Order: sequence, then structure tokens, then C-alpha cells
Amino acid sequence: MNAYRADQGGRVERGASVAFSFNGTNLSGVKGDTLASALLANGIHFVGRSFKYHRPRGIMSAGTEEASALLGIDRGQGRYDTNIRATTQELFDGLKAESQHCWPSLRWDMGVLNELGGPVMSTGFYYKTFMWPKSAWEKVYEPIIRKSAGLGRAPRAFDPDCYASRYAHCDVLVVGGGPAGLAAALSASHKGKKVILADEQAEMGGSLLSDTGSLINGEAAQAWLASALATLVERDNVTVLTRTTAVGYYQQNFLGLVERLSDHLRVLDADLPRERMWRVRASQVVLATGAIERPLVFAGNDRPGTMLASAARTYLNRYGVRVGNRPVVVTCHDSAYLAAFDLANAGVGVAAVIDVRDDVPAALLEKAGRLGIEVLGGHTVLAAKGGLLVSAIVVAPVQAGGPARTIDCDALLMCGGWTPSVHLFSQAKGMLSWRDDLGAYVPGRYAQNARSAGACDGRFLLLEALNGGDAAGAGLSDPISDTYTVAEETHSSGISLAALPTSAKPARGKAFVDFQHDVTIKDIRQAVLEGFHSIEHIKRYTTTGMATDQGKTSNLNGLAIASEALGRPIVDIGLTTFRPPYTPTSFGVFAGYSRGDLFDVTRKSPTDRWAEQHGAVFEPVSLWRRARYFPQPGEDMDKAVARECKATRASIGISDASTLGKIEVVGRDAAEFLNRMYTNPWTKLGIGRCRYGLMLGEDGFVLDDGVVGRLAEDRFHVTTTTGGAARVMAHMEDYLQTEWADLNVWLTSISEQWAVIALNGPNTRQLIAPFVEAIDLDKEAFPHMAIREGKIFGVPTRLFRVSFTGELGFEINVPSRYGLAVWERLMEAGAKYDIVPYGTETLHVLRAEKGYIIVGQETDGTQTPDDVGMAWAIGKKKPDFVGKRSLERPDIVAPNRKQLVGLLTEEPRTVLEEGAQIVAEKSASPPVDMIGHVTSAYWSECLQHSIALAVVEGGRARMGEALYVPMPDTVHTVKVVDPVFYDASGERLNV
Amino acid sequence: MLLIKCPYCQQERAEVEFSYAGEAHIERPSDPAALSDAEWEAYLFLRSNPRGTHFERWYHIHGCGRYFNAVRDTVTDNFVRTYPAGMPRPSVHDIDDAKT
Ligand SMILES: [Zn+2]
Repeated sequence: MNAYRADQGGRVERGASVAFSFNGTNLSGVKGDTLASALLANGIHFVGRSFKYHRPRGIMSAGTEEASALLGIDRGQGRYDTNIRATTQELFDGLKAESQHCWPSLRWDMGVLNELGGPVMSTGFYYKTFMWPKSAWEKVYEPIIRKSAGLGRAPRAFDPDCYASRYAHCDVLVVGGGPAGLAAALSASHKGKKVILADEQAEMGGSLLSDTGSLINGEAAQAWLASALATLVERDNVTVLTRTTAVGYYQQNFLGLVERLSDHLRVLDADLPRERMWRVRASQVVLATGAIERPLVFAGNDRPGTMLASAARTYLNRYGVRVGNRPVVVTCHDSAYLAAFDLANAGVGVAAVIDVRDDVPAALLEKAGRLGIEVLGGHTVLAAKGGLLVSAIVVAPVQAGGPARTIDCDALLMCGGWTPSVHLFSQAKGMLSWRDDLGAYVPGRYAQNARSAGACDGRFLLLEALNGGDAAGAGLSDPISDTYTVAEETHSSGISLAALPTSAKPARGKAFVDFQHDVTIKDIRQAVLEGFHSIEHIKRYTTTGMATDQGKTSNLNGLAIASEALGRPIVDIGLTTFRPPYTPTSFGVFAGYSRGDLFDVTRKSPTDRWAEQHGAVFEPVSLWRRARYFPQPGEDMDKAVARECKATRASIGISDASTLGKIEVVGRDAAEFLNRMYTNPWTKLGIGRCRYGLMLGEDGFVLDDGVVGRLAEDRFHVTTTTGGAARVMAHMEDYLQTEWADLNVWLTSISEQWAVIALNGPNTRQLIAPFVEAIDLDKEAFPHMAIREGKIFGVPTRLFRVSFTGELGFEINVPSRYGLAVWERLMEAGAKYDIVPYGTETLHVLRAEKGYIIVGQETDGTQTPDDVGMAWAIGKKKPDFVGKRSLERPDIVAPNRKQLVGLLTEEPRTVLEEGAQIVAEKSASPPVDMIGHVTSAYWSECLQHSIALAVVEGGRARMGEALYVPMPDTVHTVKVVDPVFYDASGERLNV
Repeated sequence: MLLIKCPYCQQERAEVEFSYAGEAHIERPSDPAALSDAEWEAYLFLRSNPRGTHFERWYHIHGCGRYFNAVRDTVTDNFVRTYPAGMPRPSVHDIDDAKT
């Protein structure tokens, strides 16, 4: 039996021993323990070092608010987690826990020198440090911070767990399974409502789990709990979720619940998800999230052995663990007496109760007297002494002049009142209201269909919790019903304090407000002195409440201290914002199934299978995967691309262009609609002809481009960029539906209906001629930039004569289901022409050799048509089109805009880096004006030198000029040239 | 995740079916060339960005494919109502009625 385990009492199974280790020492607990209760049962309080000062720290709570006992947990097989609260980690056989944030060992920690060495990490440390010279930061402060700060070590192994997710809908979602939540679930389900009841703990019951004295409807509290739970589990319309935390409350009663399925198990079933995210939409939400006890602020309030009074009561009543043999209680609130009484009744010698109040209720004094507990009313704590465990406290009367007295102890139980847990209410955009009598914020105006019951609503009595929950679940208009009768110790009065009064010089001893981030009362006062007056600023400057616990135990104390320092009431200095998640939440459960191959959709073109079989290397292009190049044995990308480029210009290259967006624009006003959507004129485009179309946003910048073919007077086949397909469709629909609803036009996305095979090279016409029906391929009958409908290999086709390479080119559109078959036939028939498949990389090189832009590569949303040398694409006679007016804006007509140019490197084999900046002077010292950047750069196998496209200020007036591209190791000299590097006259196109 | 009622589909659907399309009731000038630079700038860039009642546009992109208008409270994210594009802006009076 553990040294600090009581012989009886609690909900643990003493006969079922559970072995675990802490910092390599083998220990044992019992079934039902948390890691914290098991450590305490072994007499271990000191479990870690604090964040900034490396002070020894113990276990300060028994729940989710824990800010001190954060440990690393190893569950084996690569499952290592950091910052796990010992108070919420259930014990299992073989659990390995370790302290974090201490070196070389927990007991002998070097970082404690931080504290002795002076104010290395004083208030506003980060802000002040960043103002110092860069060298001081790099050489001195960063190494110190890196070594001493941080919480735990990040796991290195791949997360072997899987995470589930599901949607759920219900009439009533009850968050919190304490008395209020249980009563709400009972009354709601009794009325036939579909109910989900969620609680973060392993067992439902909340405060009832450590309540050994109250009677509910004449029955012992825990007996009532058992029968209430049995009733709920039996009802078909109730889903009871334990180990499930409501981490986020979003719009329209949408909540995220994280259910932990395996963190408490030793042997893991491979199919069992670690966690499951429930995405719940509820008609009504009942918040029954309870309250968190507030620590007291006094010098040394962080010594191991110091904990919240209610936590000590929980350890005793729920886990059968005495947190000490001689505890002392410090309080300003009645509820702490419950802990003192229960401990005394369990045979623990309570050293004293120190009560800051002068007027301690007589009933409490009387009962304390009966139990032999000394009560010092009107007293305060000047200091807590001890090293790795608290050993004594120094107390004195609040009224100055009284003698100080030292009381020996081995545990210090504190209670500064209670803070309703309004996190979820506030996340749901509810307005909090301040209750002076409670010294706390409670729910005020609700923004959603929800209500609160019990302690989170500022109603701390068991009777109020049960009847409040009952009323909320049943949807009664009154906040409280009278369904339940309760016999309980009704001790709920108290006062609120910023900090315990003290006569000690503030220079000595640290009084902590935020235990996780090591923020002291002095830090907050210092922030106020330095001029920070809003709590949002004080929070950021001191980092109070900004640790992973989000200030569950510290926010109100911080507020109260700031309010006192500012001399203004708490309500005047604001309240920081509560944000999801309520507790630290794994990335895995947010990702759920969306990882690996399921991370996102992969769109595959009709010829994808062929490409895969023929060794293509793929790259993602928006959601598509496209073949990038087709390496032959022994080829790297450069070699493969060089071969593909040469073969295409020499004979025939074939590539899949199916990913292009395609929209059919149909209707009497189709040409007029395109007149308005594109810069180009469309009215006079002949049937069977194509035109390059340039699309702008209303801001005048290039949005998309593509070829548009006219199939009939009232029918156009529009193509868009691969990535722009959905955007262009939405853009067109927007104008058609909301600005020009009078136009007779229909838009149909046909991107997936047509497979597109692009053939380029001098021999393409010979290749397809034998297989094409009903289309005259003669160069006069079917010129460049034309479209014909007919058949190829007996399959219907829309055949475009277009080119993105500068060679004779055809884009064969066939219904998608024939795409692969037509591709294979072309490969077969093309063998005698040495046909070569190529991917996006060769496509990019071939088009760059011709100076063709790619929207999104040469443009970044700030280029006008003129900037990219396409003023010719603007229909000058058109009265209006989207973006036209913006082309007259002052900044657009200003001189010296960046313009598209070509660049040749002085050293022809040097390929520039895309994105590299361009400067006008070779050896100027920084800062240097950057006059442009490289947008595309490739090795051109056909030209046997590198080529680059770039945008450069006033670029077209700089032809022949030398510019410079500085890189980390060298400066490249480049010459500005025309962006068309290959076949400038276009002879190869018109054959 | 918002629930949004498409006024065409007459169904409340999840936000993932929709895409946001900016402030509502900003009409494209019929003759942009007639506008001064300042007027065009106002049309192009200036938006009300209120704290509270906001008139905005949504696109039922993965549904009926239509644009519509909505009144949403930017503080609570609650939708007061949605209505087809082209309908007049609801009066403040109507909105207050719907809110209560
Ligand atoms: Zn719809």
C-alpha cells in the first residue's frame, strides 16, 4: 500500500496495483488513479521545474486547470507526448512519465541560476530584448532562451496513431457531467429530446465524485450519481461521452468535442483511433462546465506541496490519497473548510486554517473546534518556506503590529474563491457580466441558443446545480426548478482578493499569478508602471494567461492585481478573449482522416494511368497531378527535358492538356458577354476561328487567359488556365447573374467532359491526317487559330489548331472517356515520327522560348496587359469591359511600371533562379533598389543557352542594357532582350 | 462552420457548400468611363466593414451555383436573413424584427 494512501474511502480499487515509472524510478498506484494521485500517494509533490525561473513545482490541482504538473508521457511505440497534465492523465500499467524542462536532473537543475543571476527574464523581456542589437540577440540571448525556455521536448517520431472524426446532431448538447449536467440530461431526455452528454473526465459526476457528505433526494450523492447514470445510459435518446472535452464552441451551436479513446490504455488495438473529433450541431446547448478554484497570491505560493484546497479534498475523497500529514489551509472563502474537515475526519492532523477574513462564520468555527482545528481569523501569510517541499508558513494578523508566527506543515492548501468556467459561453460570443458579490464574471447575454447551469452560472450550491440543470434541460423559463431536495454543507460565502496583504518588502519572495508562465504580482505591477493600462496589453507584455492553460487559474487574479495597481474597478480594464481550444488539443484530431493520401483530393486526367505506367514524374498543379517529365533510364530532369524539347521541335511532342479549364458560353448574347468579360473584341470573330483571350479583374490586373473558339454564332468554347478554372467560372457567373442578368447567356463548365491532347511539332499534321474525318486539314482551310468539329479515330472531336510552343500544333478535344484510347493510338501511329511524350516542365521551357506568359508565374496579380506586353489584346473600340476603367487609374498610367522582358546571362550556361531580384548597379552596398525580379528561367536545349523572363521597371526601354542579379555567392550580369527568344517571326507556326 | 440558407434552394446547408463574395448592394456603374478617379476608387476599394449588421453576398458554388445576398451580424456571425440577388436591401426595421 502506498504511504499516503488512506485505508479506505475513494473510488479507486486498492487491490488492483498499477506499475508505472517516474523519471526512471519504478512506482505503483492503483486502478482508478490519475498520474497525479498516484504520485501523491507515493508522497511525491515535486514533479517539475518552472518555465522561467526553474523553481521546483508540485501538483497544484486535481483537474484540467493544472498549470504546474506538466509531464512528458511515453506510451511506447513512438508515442511520446509533452506537456501532459499529470492531473488528467489516467494511470495505466507501464506508463512512463518524466519531468520536463530541467537539466541535468529534476533535483539539480542548472537553470535555477536564472533566478539567482538577476532579472534575466524580467517583465517584457522579449519586447525589450528585441530592441537590443542583433548581435546581442544572436550570440547571448537566443542561446540562453533556447536552453532554458520551452516546455518539454517535441517528439521526433512520426505519429503512429490514427484519428477519427464524425458529425452528430442533437436536440440538446450538455457540456459537463457534474450535478447540473446530469440533471439537465435527465430532464431533457425525459421529454424525449435527443441528448448528447459530454464530460472531460473518465467518470461522469464532476463534484459528486468527491462529495462524501451531501444527500440528494435523501440518497447519498454518489448513490444518486450511480442511479442517474444508469437511467441515462439506458435511454436510447441519450449518448453519454466520457473522456470527451468540448474544445470549441463556434457559430450556430456548432461545437467540437474531442473524445480520447486510447491515452488511458496500455495495450493499443491497431484499429482503435487515439482520439475522435465530434462535430456536433445542437438545437440547444446546456453549459454545465463548473467552476475553477482560484489560487491565493502570496510569497512562495508555488512551493511544492501547495495546492488548491478543493484538490486536496478530491485526492482524499475520490482517490483515497492524503496530500500530507500536516496540511495547513489558507483561505478567504468558506469552501476551503470542507477540505479541512474531511481531512481531519480522515485522521489527518490539520495544522491550522488561516482565514484572511475577520468574521469567520460561527458554524465553521464551531465545527473546526469540534475537530480540533485551530482557526486563525484575520490572518495573512507573509511567506511560505521550504525547498523541494513546503515546510512552514509565516503568518501574521492582517492588522499591522501583531506578532508573526511560523507554522510547520507539509502541505499548503489554498482557496481564493471560485471562478465560473465561462470559456465556452464566451467563445460562443456571449456577453459576460461582472458580479461584485462573487468577484467573478458570469454569463450575461447569450448570442446563441444556450443556457448555463450550476457553478459556471455563478450558482455554487449543489441544490442550485441540480435544479438549475433540471430547468435548463427541460427548457423551463425559470432558471431553477424545485425537482430536487438536497442536504448539503452550505458553505459558499467568501471575499475576493487581489493578493494577500503583506508587510514584507516586495523585493523579497516571488508571489506567482500565472504558474505556467512564471508571472508574478511584481511583473503585473511593473507593466502598469510602464504605462500598460488595458488588460489586453498587460497580458501580452507580461505573458500572463498566455500559456497552454490559457490562464484558467490566473486570469482573475491578474485582473484584480492590475485593477488595484491602476486604481480602477475590474470591469473598467476589460477582459481578455477566450479562444478555442479550451484545453490543448492534438493536431492529429484536427486533421482526422485528412492525412497522407487523404490529405486532399487528387484529380487525375484521363491519361494519368498511361503516364504512370510510362514512368512519369508527377507534380501537383492546383488539385491535379500532372506529368512533369518522362525520364528514360539514366536521365535526370534536365536531361529528360532537354530531350523532350528537342524532339518536339524536331518532329512531334505529345502532352496531356486535359487539366485546362473549359467553359461553354452559349446564347444570343454570348459574344457580347465575352466582350465584357475579356479585353479582346469578340463580335467579329468568325465561326470556326479562335482568339487568345485576356481576362482582367475589375482592378485592371491580369486574372486569367486562354484560347476561345467560336463554334457557332451563339456558342463559344472558352479555355482557362488549369488553376483558374473555378475562379473564372465564378467570376463569369457573378457578372452574368448580378450585373447583366438581362443578357441571354448560359455558362456550362465542361472541363471534365473533354480530354485534351496537345500535339506539337512540324510533323503533327502528317500524323493525324489519316485518322481525321470531316475536317479539311489543309493549311489554308484550317489555319492557325481555328477550331473544327469532326472525328478522329472515329471519335467526335473539337479540334483546335493552336500552339503554346511556337510549332505547328493541334489540341485534340475528345470526350473524356476516349482520352486514353486516342492517346494510345497517337503514340502507336506516332512511332514512325519518333513521337515523344512530354510533361509540364518541357511545356514551360517551350513556351518561354516563345515569350508566352503563364498567368501566375509572369503575373502575380499586379500586372496590367501593357505590363506583360499585351496592350494589343485590348479591344480599343469597346466602350467597356471588366477592368477597363482601372487601366486609366493614376498608378496604372504612371511611368516606370515593371514590364515583361527577356534576360540573357553573360555566362550562357548559367540558369538564373526564379524569384531572384534584379538591380541596376553591380557593386552597390545594401540597401539597393530592387527594380524587378526573374519570373521564369530555364536551360534552352534548342538555343544552347539559358533564357529567362523577368519583370523590370521600365523594362522595354532598357533593351540591350546590362543589369545584375545578386545571389548569396556571386552577382550575375544579364542583358535585357526581347522576351521572344525563338522564331520571332512565327514562321514555324504558319506551316 | 456556418449554416447558410440558400434562398433559391430554400435549404439550410453547411458553409462548405458556399463561397463568400464580398459586400452586397454595390452596383457596378453603368458607365465607368464617366466616373472620376475618386469615384472609381470608391466603387473598387471602399467597403463599409461594420461591427454588427452586414449586407453581404454568398455564392452557392457547390449547390445551385447562384449568388445571393445575406444579412449577417459580424459580432455573433448570426444570419438574420438571406434573399435573392437583385432584391432591395432590407430596411433596418425588418432586420430588427427578424433579430428579436
Ligand atoms: Zn442554392
